[in-house]
Amino acid sequence: MSREVHSGPTDQTQARGEPFRGDPEGGDGTQPQTLDKLALDSWHRAKGGRMVPFAGYEMPVQYEGIMAEHLWTRENAGLFDVSHMGQLFLHGRGVAQAIERIMPGDFQAAKDMKPKYSLLLNEEGGVIDDLMATRRGDDFYVVVNGATKHGDIDYMQRRLSDVAIDHMREQALLALQGPRAADVLDTVIPGIAELGFMEAGPFRAFGHPLWISRSGYTGEDGFEISIPAIAVEQLAEWLVNDERVKPIGLGARDSLRLEAGLPLYGHDLDDKITPVMAGLNFAINKRRRAEGGFAGAMRILAEIENGPPQLRVGFDVEGRQPVREGALVLDGEGNEVGKITSGGFSPSLQRPIAMGYVAAHLAETGTALKLEQRGKLFDAKVAAMPFVPHRYHRKGAA
Amino acid sequence: MSLYFTREHEWVRVEGDTATVGISNHAQEALGDIVFAEVPDAGRKVSKGQEAAVVESVKAASDVYAPVSGEVIEGNQAVADDPALVNSDPEGEGWFFKLKLDNPGELDGLMDEGAYRDWIKTL
Repeated sequence: MSREVHSGPTDQTQARGEPFRGDPEGGDGTQPQTLDKLALDSWHRAKGGRMVPFAGYEMPVQYEGIMAEHLWTRENAGLFDVSHMGQLFLHGRGVAQAIERIMPGDFQAAKDMKPKYSLLLNEEGGVIDDLMATRRGDDFYVVVNGATKHGDIDYMQRRLSDVAIDHMREQALLALQGPRAADVLDTVIPGIAELGFMEAGPFRAFGHPLWISRSGYTGEDGFEISIPAIAVEQLAEWLVNDERVKPIGLGARDSLRLEAGLPLYGHDLDDKITPVMAGLNFAINKRRRAEGGFAGAMRILAEIENGPPQLRVGFDVEGRQPVREGALVLDGEGNEVGKITSGGFSPSLQRPIAMGYVAAHLAETGTALKLEQRGKLFDAKVAAMPFVPHRYHRKGAA
Repeated sequence: MSLYFTREHEWVRVEGDTATVGISNHAQEALGDIVFAEVPDAGRKVSKGQEAAVVESVKAASDVYAPVSGEVIEGNQAVADDPALVNSDPEGEGWFFKLKLDNPGELDGLMDEGAYRDWIKTL
């Protein structure tokens, strides 16, 4: 038996997403050679986590199994250790104006404690990373991807000499996701259920300060909890002692986000892809479109105006066999018109789904295309995303 | 009846000149939840080391090699219909295909069960 393809997040595939490939100061060699240990390393092992190299850390890819963990999160609450991600604190005079030079969000108008999804851009309009940025008074708390964090920090330091960047290495990050997450977390942090989707704030637990946002990467309601690393085991243990919570690995994190139609950096986003190609125009508001003034604005605004050459779309794949990253997208005449950037078997839908890029004129939902993987052709149709509806907790919604 | 294993984690059970082939329990554990299996049709000739079947889990796709050469007598439709059978009974009902052996001498290079179980402990 051979291992032909390893789909989902691994160091091997993530490495392709390393930013600054074209940058003489960065490049492929910037990944750390030795693997770091998470604060919860021994806790993961004790819980049966199968550890794999990822983003420079040894991380749990699964505990009892990806399928079971995935479905548990959709029905109950899953606890994810995402402490590999970079937590940054940006401060200094005029941070909001400064970060607008390299991110297309409207940070000057950003309201306090409301996380905003944004993108770190290069001068060609390519995506160096995707991130969440939250105003805290005059400062910004920014969470970036684990595999890209060191490159991101270097880039920010080069481009934002007027901003002080603290890498909050002493903070761990947990995500509690699923329809029962709010009830569970409310038992240790009373009042947490009052937060609405994409709201954040300071809380306390076990005598430690926490920063919690109601957000996540699964399509479910849930929370992301920044906590001092010295206290993370206490919180994790407390959470999984609740029968509604199980620890969930990277494997299910990947299948959950794919069903939710959310792009994964290094796969569905990279430094050659613009936010417009990726269908992330919502991250660029009216003022930023009118004024520009961010890295790559010329190309990005032209693409908003005239349409991008390619678009990120979902695919429903015929049959049962998963079609994975790297497969080609072909039109009816066999011409290559795109490629698959993420794909796998959907545990919730019990059929294969995929995400990728196609020529813009073929991006309409329902367009019939072929996918080619290892010499075999698959019928597929462009599908609307998310594949599984989001169930965020929007205030005012029923 | 004899049971042999390959370093690629296939098993082959030999009765007379018929060989039944599947993947080991160790292999299914490493793959995780199996969601797709493709088995060869009867009549197909396979040679030792050649891809004969496909198995895919949520996270990985693998080829199953023919541990020995021969002509396929039967592909296991039950695993094609219900791939999770490979997880639940990998070395029994979760077999992939049966071959009529071309050359029983090819079995000599394979591990016996004891050697295989010892070897995977070292992986």
